[in-house]
Amino acid sequence: MSDILVSEQSAPGADGSGRPSGRLLEVDDLRVEFRTRDGVAKVINGVTYHVDAGETLAVLGESGSGKSVTAQTIMGILDMPPGFVTGGRVRFHGKDMLTMSAEERRRIRGEGIAMIFQDSLSALNPVFTVGFQIAEQFRIRRGMSRSDAKKRAIEMLDQVKIPNAKGRFSNYPHQFSGGMRQRAMIAMSLALDPEVLIADEPTTALDVTVQAQIMDLLGELQRERRMGMILITHDLGVVADVADRIAVMYAGRIVEEADVYDLYAKPAHPYTLGLLNSIPRLDERGQQLRTIKGLPPNLMNIPPGCPFNPRCPMAQPVCRETIPPLLQIGTGRASACHFAEELVNRD
Amino acid sequence: MGRYLVRRLLQLVPVFIGTTLMIYLLVWKVPGDPFAGKCGDRGCPENYRAMMTEKFQLDQPWFVQYATYMKNLLQGDFGTTWSGREVGDIIATAYPNTLKLAAMALVIEAVIGLTAGVLTGLRRNGFLDNLVLVSTLFLIALPVFVVGFVLQWFFGVKWGIVTPTVSNEMRLTELILPGFVLGSASMAYIARVSRTSIAENRRADYVRTAIAKGLPMRRVVGIHLLRNSLIPVVTLLGTDLGALMGGAIITEGIFGINGVGRTVLRAIVTKESATVVSIVVVLVLVYLLMNLVVDLLYAALDPRIRYE
Repeated sequence: MSDILVSEQSAPGADGSGRPSGRLLEVDDLRVEFRTRDGVAKVINGVTYHVDAGETLAVLGESGSGKSVTAQTIMGILDMPPGFVTGGRVRFHGKDMLTMSAEERRRIRGEGIAMIFQDSLSALNPVFTVGFQIAEQFRIRRGMSRSDAKKRAIEMLDQVKIPNAKGRFSNYPHQFSGGMRQRAMIAMSLALDPEVLIADEPTTALDVTVQAQIMDLLGELQRERRMGMILITHDLGVVADVADRIAVMYAGRIVEEADVYDLYAKPAHPYTLGLLNSIPRLDERGQQLRTIKGLPPNLMNIPPGCPFNPRCPMAQPVCRETIPPLLQIGTGRASACHFAEELVNRD
Repeated sequence: MGRYLVRRLLQLVPVFIGTTLMIYLLVWKVPGDPFAGKCGDRGCPENYRAMMTEKFQLDQPWFVQYATYMKNLLQGDFGTTWSGREVGDIIATAYPNTLKLAAMALVIEAVIGLTAGVLTGLRRNGFLDNLVLVSTLFLIALPVFVVGFVLQWFFGVKWGIVTPTVSNEMRLTELILPGFVLGSASMAYIARVSRTSIAENRRADYVRTAIAKGLPMRRVVGIHLLRNSLIPVVTLLGTDLGALMGGAIITEGIFGINGVGRTVLRAIVTKESATVVSIVVVLVLVYLLMNLVVDLLYAALDPRIRYE
């Protein structure tokens, strides 16, 4: 069933909406700021990344690094105000979503790009059944009858491996366990067969054992449907198994982008190195956990030069003066560090 | 759920006895003479007094009177007025009028109040928001009789859009203005409560999800947001029906509606305890039942609320 749908969709641009050979989803030099009473917080400062059909891009970063805000801007669900997009483009099939009409953009949501949220309990509407919230999309977006929509919704619940999908259809979100609720959330986001799925920390609110199950399920569905997936996380462990590429974010910028293998083997940015070093290791039991010293910068007052320089063990005078641009340092690798080459070649 | 309902209905019994007793006592304590002005200037003849005293047990202590009244009430007999009219008849003619008026007020306050609340809750600090905030402040601050007389004069007398008073047929179109007047204060409260509720839920995660699903804005607001914001509004509306019926007395007076308010006022003056108590008893019942309906509506609106 899903195979047929995928083959229909794997011809991007067939509907004439853009360049057929272009990227599926492209974020280009995106800039977002929050204008609050206390001042202007520059949350996104020129983020560029892309995702193609069938690949998973992991966006990694601490809280406040701007990974979720980027996703919200792509989806068009950023709270505006206080949020303002001050520059850049978000292209879907080559067409800029930031300048298209609200109606055009609405049609892309769910069908072109769908999103899974972190906290499924608050992200699902508490007063409607889970089944209603899935079936609703078939009724409103596909014009199906109530009974057809219900049938399709039960199929979706079945696909995300919710036992007794038929019986669960008429349960409310609070009657589901955390893991089951996140499965329902996944079913809901996949209902309209999106080409890109954005998963915003999909396992953060779950138990460790359930986390693995949900990640496996997501990976499986992504491969089956040949979707492009953007996986937003702060958990390096989650990323390793599922992602093809990783983009590391810091203070609203991409500081490093690389294939999973390269990034783990030879990080090209001191921040990435710090993150990798802070993973607890079994062979270092009993020792103190390693951390990155200091705190992420205040986004209302980002230090001049490289935003990471106050915390960076390698910082040199140049780091306090010029912002290192994100430069290619090999095939499919980029780093925003003045000393990227030295880092990669240091052993 | 069934057990909850039974328990709630059983709770009505002591409340019912308590309120009737209190009202009976109050009427009994209020100074006044049932025979005042009854028989012209000369006062009533002795034998008439004796006959009435016996018929209405006026020489008995209050608790005997109350017991007799309750006994009759349980058999569906509301008693008679001094002039011998069945109180049941009076209730049957006066209550439908008041109910119609109160229902009209309820519909008007719900429709206008909610619309204003939703529109301003979605877009705060705009022109409409300020307009609603100021006008609701006026409606809350002004007494009903001021609103009533002013609107009656403008719409009924000066512009002649409606008839200034309501005819005995109680046509719906005639009731719009009195309904608006009666519901005006509550309308203002409903607008403000729903405004706050909508504004609070507007940024909720599930609203975001609904938008991310690509639903039209109409549906996001009308289904997902509204259903969650409705609970405080339903509380107000539900408990308001009883208050509107009891508070209709002024509006009824302004627009010449033959309703409960006038009847009860006359009965209080002549110490016609049977009439007063009977009318208030029905009001109390409306109140209690509407409270029960509101509690049941909570569960219907929010499935997380369950009654055991």
